[in-house]
Amino acid sequence: MTHRVLVAKVGLDGHDRGVKVVGRILRDAGFEVIYTGLQQTPEMVAAAARDEDVDAIGLSMLSGAHMTLVPRVLDRLREYGLDTPVVVGGIIPGADIPKLEALGVAGVLTPGASVDEIVAAVQGAIARSSAGQPT
Amino acid sequence: MTVTNRANRARWDEAFEASTLRDVDAETMSGIPLDAVYGPDDGEFPGLFPYTRGPYASMYRSKPWTMRMFAGFGTAEDTNARFKEILRAGGDGLSTAFDLPTLMGLDSDDPRSAGEVGREGVAVDSLADFEDLFRDIELGRVTTSMTINSPASVALAMYVVVAESRGVARHQLGGTLQNDILKEYQAQKEFVFPPRPSVRLVADVISFCAAEMPRWHPVSVSGYHIREAGSTAVQELAFTLANGFAYVEAARRAGLEVDEFAPRLSFFFNAHSDFFEEIAKYRAARRIWARWLKDRYHATDPRSHRLRFHAQTAGVSLTAQQPEVNIARVAIQALSAALGGTQSLHTDSFDEAMALPTEKAARIALRTQQVLVDETGVALVADPLGGSYYVEALTDEIEQRAEDVFAKLDEWGKGSILEGVFAAIDANWFQNEIADAAYRFQQKLTAGRRIVVGTNRYTESDDGDEIPILSIGPEVEETQLKRLSEVKAHRSSDAVAESLAALRRAAAEPSVNLMPPIIEAVKTYATVGEIMAAMGDAFGHHVETPAL
Repeated sequence: MTHRVLVAKVGLDGHDRGVKVVGRILRDAGFEVIYTGLQQTPEMVAAAARDEDVDAIGLSMLSGAHMTLVPRVLDRLREYGLDTPVVVGGIIPGADIPKLEALGVAGVLTPGASVDEIVAAVQGAIARSSAGQPT
Repeated sequence: MTVTNRANRARWDEAFEASTLRDVDAETMSGIPLDAVYGPDDGEFPGLFPYTRGPYASMYRSKPWTMRMFAGFGTAEDTNARFKEILRAGGDGLSTAFDLPTLMGLDSDDPRSAGEVGREGVAVDSLADFEDLFRDIELGRVTTSMTINSPASVALAMYVVVAESRGVARHQLGGTLQNDILKEYQAQKEFVFPPRPSVRLVADVISFCAAEMPRWHPVSVSGYHIREAGSTAVQELAFTLANGFAYVEAARRAGLEVDEFAPRLSFFFNAHSDFFEEIAKYRAARRIWARWLKDRYHATDPRSHRLRFHAQTAGVSLTAQQPEVNIARVAIQALSAALGGTQSLHTDSFDEAMALPTEKAARIALRTQQVLVDETGVALVADPLGGSYYVEALTDEIEQRAEDVFAKLDEWGKGSILEGVFAAIDANWFQNEIADAAYRFQQKLTAGRRIVVGTNRYTESDDGDEIPILSIGPEVEETQLKRLSEVKAHRSSDAVAESLAALRRAAAEPSVNLMPPIIEAVKTYATVGEIMAAMGDAFGHHVETPAL
């Protein structure tokens, strides 16, 4: 079965090189990739995840606002009753990674992540999620 | 022909003799005396058309490039302190980074701004923040660069109003406004209004500066962000110069003569890792600009032909792995900009793949430039690689490839580069070209055909998390929100409403220059968000069609 992945830019940042490259990497790895464009609010991301019935979400965060915006995305997903795993990629200081994971983020990818690491992070998040394990 | 060419050396001699030179021993460490430029008498010279070898005859013999370090974070007071530190450490120009809400024309109290206030740059809501930002800085003496695009006109208005309130007239102000909206649709994506009204605003700023701010650069046509978004060096050059031609056409449509404004256009390029290609790119840029301004746009003032640029080392090349290695990358990239004849330079800090720089990291970056100027001798001889078979061949090839892009856009725009650029933006052409190049680069990394030290080779001993990084806490947002509510409580809401209504009316009238009503609105302490919303009522808002 082909897994569906939403890749999204949340917040005001328009630097979309990373999200586009990651989207293409996932597409080449056999995922069906949905990209909703720029300046998405947490509400818009959660609604797109629900409407598109995706198996995982990849959030691109470069602006430093991840500790504000990522929890909001997670909250909106819970409000919709979704347990879609969320992988965050971008400029995330090392100290914030355990904090994001404690909030329920399924994986964090930082600059320099390889194609294999990106694909494995998304596949792993989907596998753990469908096995009913905590993400 | 031969006679004219033989005269090149004589013409250069004359221009060089007329230049003011800095006091420096022009010799090697062995004591070999150095000429200011080398080459055959009938060859190209710096300061002579087509300026391939440099915009000025004396180049760094008169003045080394300006060490302009980009800074901004937190509140205006925080950034003011960093500015003063930069000036104390020997930096000689200011360069302002704004936070994302400001860049997007939103106030700090807008719900969309949550989490972003003061994080990637300084938070600016109203004139009050500009007053703090430039407190105790002599605006008549420093030059200030402001990296802002959609609300560029508002930032310029604030700078003018602050300066004039301190008795510095607008015609005395020197600096640069990025104000390059076209590359926002193509690459950085910090757009607010649709392309056409946005370009009208750019043209309004160009006209305003041509009339009232002779020392100001109203647009810094920027390839930097195109490159960071993933383009090649050739694409960076071609798209940037095409945008430059587009602004020339827009300003002419607004009724200006090309020589009234072209001397004040400036450029901003990336200094990336492919050393010789970067140097050739800067050389080709000058030659193309000179030829196009003369032949296509009929500029006769030599200053219109001379392309001058700022360079910044490639943020995207910095690695989070083994971050100290970035100091070496930055030094080599900075050297390419110096050998390419840049007029000013920002060197990135080694910790920027993780966060905004710490003060220490920023100081090392500045010191890197000082090593180049004061220790290496690269600032003694203009265009030291001119005449290299390799660099000359690359320069010619890059020029030819850029010309192919201009021909395509010209055809697309039916004889107008401006219309061609609009059409190509609408078709997502630039965006797709850049995304394709970024993906090709990623594939080469994956296949090991491109090496990034510490990332896909030599990956042992990664200690990325051990260096101290600058962290910006939530208190910045709280402080800024409090400040904004105080400003709103103390201003005259009638005056604000009146000025915004006047601006709204002016925006609906395409022939009116918007700078005067924006300045009036700024004086009432109307906020960036309010001013942008007033214009947005007339202009509408731009949404990009998403495409991977």
